Amino acid sequence: MPASPDSTVSPARRTLYALLLLVVASAAFYALFSSVAYSWNWDGVWRYRQQFGYGWLTTMGLSLVAMIVSVALGFLLMLGRRSHWAPVRMFCGGVVELVRGSPLLVQLLIGHYIIANALRIDQPIFTGIILLGCFEGAYLAEIFRGAVESISASQLEAARAVGFDKVQTYRFVIIPQALRRALPGTTGQLVSLIKDSSLLSVIGIEELVQKVKIMNAATYKPLEGFLPLALAYLVVTLPLSHLARRLEGRFAYET
Amino acid sequence: MKLETQAVTKRYGAHAALDGASFSTGDEARVIALLGPSGGGKSTLLRVLGSLLVPDAGSISIDGRTLPHDEAGALIERRANGFVFQGYNLFPHLTALQNIALPLREVHGMPESQAVRRAMELLHRLGLEGHENKRPSQLSGGQQQRAAIARALAPKPRLLLLDEPTSALDPVMTGEVLDVIRELAEAGQSIILATHEISFARKVADWVVFLAAGKVEESSSAADFFTQPQTKLAQAYLAGLSKYR
Repeated sequence: MPASPDSTVSPARRTLYALLLLVVASAAFYALFSSVAYSWNWDGVWRYRQQFGYGWLTTMGLSLVAMIVSVALGFLLMLGRRSHWAPVRMFCGGVVELVRGSPLLVQLLIGHYIIANALRIDQPIFTGIILLGCFEGAYLAEIFRGAVESISASQLEAARAVGFDKVQTYRFVIIPQALRRALPGTTGQLVSLIKDSSLLSVIGIEELVQKVKIMNAATYKPLEGFLPLALAYLVVTLPLSHLARRLEGRFAYET
Repeated sequence: MKLETQAVTKRYGAHAALDGASFSTGDEARVIALLGPSGGGKSTLLRVLGSLLVPDAGSISIDGRTLPHDEAGALIERRANGFVFQGYNLFPHLTALQNIALPLREVHGMPESQAVRRAMELLHRLGLEGHENKRPSQLSGGQQQRAAIARALAPKPRLLLLDEPTSALDPVMTGEVLDVIRELAEAGQSIILATHEISFARKVADWVVFLAAGKVEESSSAADFFTQPQTKLAQAYLAGLSKYR
């Protein structure tokens, strides 16, 4: 693995650069915000802090469950696309292409107003989690498939040679090696999932964005809620990206 | 051991790697060398004999027992064999010890402690003491190949199959690995070896199968093959290889 370009910069210098960038960015934002003729008023936001917190917990909770759904589904779709049985392969390929090819917003509306309605499912949060899990799962399936297919033929032959059957080959050879290759893409996708969960507000789930919309409407202040909203996502997505980089390091070995 | 094949064919797409290969060895062949030009079918024949590949047509028998053609039967068959490849093919995410112990535990049903003991014993025997917990990338080519041989030997295989085991190694490492194979042969291990190391084959093999273009051109005792090769192809091959050694 090539050394990261960061390793050539000393920590002191990195801190200096970071501070400098922070100052420049802050100044730019301050200039932009103050040039807009808008009187900022944060009282409403503070009054609704409890609702805001409740929305944040809902967003994180449903994202967590949707992550589990998406990883499981992504794995199954990947296996399906590698199946020896043509109809299974075609079905899974079709699902992946359709889901990746259409906007999440449309899938949420059709899934909620038509499919869930027809199936008499009256739990938007359940529908929302499943739809979000499917959407991200289709992307994960492709990330997983790329990782699995990058395992060399000689490794598969070695697995056959030591007498592993198909399940053992996946468990002991393919998955451990594919995991490392899939890790960066997977974490990126999970970060996207948390952000994409904001769209669930369109089917009436009271997650973070929906709470902020309610708050903005109630306080007649259309903008104030969105800044804490951005921070509330970053508080989770930035550490997640950081964790991913550390995990990558731990799984690293020369091949 | 007596090996016999009847019109064995194995295709990759339109290319026939083995094109009706037939031969039989003597009844007591123990170290069989597969020789012949590159692309002649040595590696494919080795895989077919070890049940790592199932042929498209033809039959193979070992000591009168016909090898199965179905995948499930081939799996059982190849679990009794040990394989060593040109590119070592160790699992890069496992240590040398785990590379050996994992198949013992998972494929051969050995308890963990016993598998580790057996793996240690083999690593020490092959001169890899102190390298047990290194990953393949931390070992030299010769060490990796010796670890691969240890992995192949660990379950006490009926047949050890080696596919050009020294082709990727420099002369010093080649020497290390050939010493190991020679010791195994002298200890009575049944071996099938595809190789270009002609002088080594002359020392250890007791039977030679010579292949070219997917067909067996000659199958005879090593003594006969090296002193009086019958076919023009084999004569030219031997002359070409002995030119600079």
